[in-house]
Amino acid sequence: MALEYESLNENVKKCQYAVRGELYLRASELQKEGKKIIFTNVGNPHALGQKPLTFPRQVVALCQAPFLLDHPNVGMLFPADAIARAKHYLSLTSGGLGAYSDSRGLPGVRKEVAEFIQRRDGYPSDPELIFLTDGASKGVMQILNCVIRGERDGILVPVPQYPLYSATISLLGGSLVPYYLDESENWGLDVNNLRQSVAQARSQGISVRAMVIINPGNPTGQCLSEANLREILRFCYSEKLVLLGDEVYQQNIYQDERPFISSKKVLMDMGSPFSKEVQLVSFHTVSKGYWGECGQRGGYFEMTNIPPRVVEEIYKVASIALSPNVSAQIFMGLMVSPPKPGDISYDQFARESKGILESLRRRARIMTDGFNSCKNVVCNFTEGAMYSFPQIRLPPGALQAAKQAGKVPDVFYCLKLLEATGISTVPGSGFGQKEGVFHLRTTILPAEEEMPEIMDSFKKFNDEFMTQYENSFGYSRM
Amino acid sequence: MRRFVIGQAKNLIDQTRRRPPQPHNRNNLSLLSLLHPSSSRFFSDMSSSDSTSSLPVTIDTINPNVLKCEYAVRGEIVNIAQKLQDDLKTNKDAYPFDEIIYCNIGNPQSLGQQAITFFREVLALCSHTALLDRDETHALFSADSIARAWKILDQIPGKATGAYSHSQGIKGLRDAIAAGIEARDGFPADPNDIFMTDGASPGVHMMMQLLISSEKDGILCPIPQYPLYSASIALHGGSLVPYYLDEASGWGLEISELKKQLEDAKSKGITVRALAVINPGNPTGQVLSEKNQRDIVDFCKKEGLVLLADEVYQENVYVPDKKFHSFKKVARSMGYGEKDISLVSFQSISKGYYGECGKRGGYMEVTGFTSDVREQIYKVASVNLCSNISGQILASLVMSPPKPGDESYESYIAEKEGILSSMARRAKTLEEGLKKLEGITCNRAEGAMYLFPCIKLPQKAIAAAEAAKTSLDTFYCKRLLNATGIVVVPGSGFRQVPGTWHFRLTILPQEDKIPAIVNRLTEFHKSFMDEFRN
Repeated sequence: MALEYESLNENVKKCQYAVRGELYLRASELQKEGKKIIFTNVGNPHALGQKPLTFPRQVVALCQAPFLLDHPNVGMLFPADAIARAKHYLSLTSGGLGAYSDSRGLPGVRKEVAEFIQRRDGYPSDPELIFLTDGASKGVMQILNCVIRGERDGILVPVPQYPLYSATISLLGGSLVPYYLDESENWGLDVNNLRQSVAQARSQGISVRAMVIINPGNPTGQCLSEANLREILRFCYSEKLVLLGDEVYQQNIYQDERPFISSKKVLMDMGSPFSKEVQLVSFHTVSKGYWGECGQRGGYFEMTNIPPRVVEEIYKVASIALSPNVSAQIFMGLMVSPPKPGDISYDQFARESKGILESLRRRARIMTDGFNSCKNVVCNFTEGAMYSFPQIRLPPGALQAAKQAGKVPDVFYCLKLLEATGISTVPGSGFGQKEGVFHLRTTILPAEEEMPEIMDSFKKFNDEFMTQYENSFGYSRM
Repeated sequence: MRRFVIGQAKNLIDQTRRRPPQPHNRNNLSLLSLLHPSSSRFFSDMSSSDSTSSLPVTIDTINPNVLKCEYAVRGEIVNIAQKLQDDLKTNKDAYPFDEIIYCNIGNPQSLGQQAITFFREVLALCSHTALLDRDETHALFSADSIARAWKILDQIPGKATGAYSHSQGIKGLRDAIAAGIEARDGFPADPNDIFMTDGASPGVHMMMQLLISSEKDGILCPIPQYPLYSASIALHGGSLVPYYLDEASGWGLEISELKKQLEDAKSKGITVRALAVINPGNPTGQVLSEKNQRDIVDFCKKEGLVLLADEVYQENVYVPDKKFHSFKKVARSMGYGEKDISLVSFQSISKGYYGECGKRGGYMEVTGFTSDVREQIYKVASVNLCSNISGQILASLVMSPPKPGDESYESYIAEKEGILSSMARRAKTLEEGLKKLEGITCNRAEGAMYLFPCIKLPQKAIAAAEAAKTSLDTFYCKRLLNATGIVVVPGSGFRQVPGTWHFRLTILPQEDKIPAIVNRLTEFHKSFMDEFRN
């Protein structure tokens, strides 16, 4: 055999990505055997019944088949503004959806993204510093690939975190430097934790180069306050860290106390020297929000205070992959410049969008409350993003049983949950957590009408599980 | 499954035993200078050093592998061309040409090639499924495209084309691809061996990532090669082990050359892990003979190498005396199965007659690996969740297009054959035009989308290039661009036998532009030779 497991790149073997790991694979097996599975392992709204927004699909369909635009009856199937918009985006391409675009993405779409950022933040944005990517994940990988030179380069990552970060750092041979979010403070970020983590890493000879924030958080859902963002930016300034702002959930906000505010806006608000010196890369996507267009693979990153020669190198690496897919670039253009009041499609678009967001807000509440009504389960409210991350307080008997089964405790719990109810979640260990504290991540995406039944099913399983394992082994051997 | 068990939070601090970070290797700057002469880079206000050197991310502190890697297809010459193109808008009279003609990149639809109608009909219907519920749709779309859209949607859970799919791609689409592979080769294909990717390139990157642990890991690559390979190897910190194709024998591949290079690498302490073969070749266009392919398969089996078969041009063969045979077919017809040879075959929707570059679709068929290795491939694929659905759909259409009897078959075949026969004509016309030029020899384009003429330039030109601190082929190509507006890629971007010079030109401009291109090339070359003749 030419390629043995032993001779594989160690970094590949070390990397883990639980979102599609053990639980998901087991759920898929059970599904094949005919069991009904509710996949709540990944933020994949359309897979759970959320409908795509009509307008963008109309526009992209026309772009896929431009010969439709010449057909006299096209107006019977498509509204005039979708037709106009399709023509607009096609004119931005050099040959339609089937031609490689500029490796950074179509200039016209990047301009629209810059205009969106300017409207959102009140500060100008340069299209030359915006790169479109095949999903935000690709952008994260590109930037980390630039920053990580070897195992002594450390990246500050929140714990719990979305495991794209841990997996990518592993693959690139770098070091993950964890900073713990405080569950008792609604997953708040304490700058003292940051300082401690950095100090510890440095004492081990690690050069801490970058800091990741996920705002709103994944899996934790917390929305950072402006004060928190300022602290973080000041911290990055004094510690010379490039800030990677994962803001893919910026449209998913379910409370009013802390609306989304971009890292870039706060940075610019802070003025000199911060606004001129803190290096920042901000990520966004068409996969989340109320669009949920995961399958398109569309995203972008915006660079702030990155030197021109580094931008050139990032461009060079992007050019090896030739270009991001053009359909998704059009989705991105549509997302950042959606129908406006007065447009033919506006009412329908607004209605669809509002419906999705309001339902998500309700589901966030239903799920949080549902978990909090369960025995030994404590759940912070989902302030934003798409997930619920309840803490599962496993009794010593359960820990014992897990050990005997050769499984990490939350994996053991989640497998039992899956087998009993068909609910496929991701164990908290996939995201990182404090030692001895267990969670699971589920999405708030199942259809609203199915939620009560799902929560009942969970509660029944959980309460029985807890009762069963509280009564076996009255002492802890941990 | 045990390998997926996640450790506790403190284990997240990665204590890998990777080699320590390399200091920025100054020796590589000589290569860099070919592509980074200070006068013609992208940003005209580039400062010679980053003054804010206290910043964490500067040119001196980024991953040196990023600095090392190069990709000439979209490199320096193209940047100059883009600037010229912008300037042409306002300054038409300043130039001896009206337009920039991009012959640097295999991007057919950017040069006027039309997409296959049937494919786009299906894609449009899958993009906006509400169309399938409307009566009016039947007046605008062919019946079989509607039927195919329904078939595809039924294979997608919930008909949700906006959802992440299985990380290897939608199962039903992989079934169609596997069936297409079987129809092509006469040997079965397993849908579980298929990994769908955003274009073929990410698949190549994935394999490099798996195969390369350090610079001691080598990958045998053809010279000249499509620079995805050299760039990917550089990015992953491995070593490119070159094997030279023989220009004199139509870019033939000699096993003796493979053996020689393998031994040479071993003697330098390099463990060669894989052999990359591009068939039909890029930039060289040759189609391997079956005998050659059998020898290659045997070589890989004997030496324990993974065979990386880049077959993205499998539908682009222009000569009657050559035919494409997949390496999988060749291996299986030699009686070699899963246990005999590790083979990764790459296919893309970007080339062929479909030319759907911007959709980013493709797959790799992975055979001859143990299940624990396959799990790792799956795991790496899963970190990016999945490839884009629209590209997946197109890949399945490319591998199972309309058949005789289907309503769209006639128009499909007409479109396909129109494009392919035009490519063959353009290849011939350009080849003949180039061969007439003084000092230029050009192998025929048996396949792919390129011509790769060899230029023998006079001493005076060599001296001028040296004085300009640029390689001879880059010097020539820049002059060509400035005189004619035609954008090509210098041979050094693909590597070549040292002391030889080439450039790569695509055959893709529309047929009616080809005579003018030949004329301009001819005129330019004549005046260049007049200027530099000894």
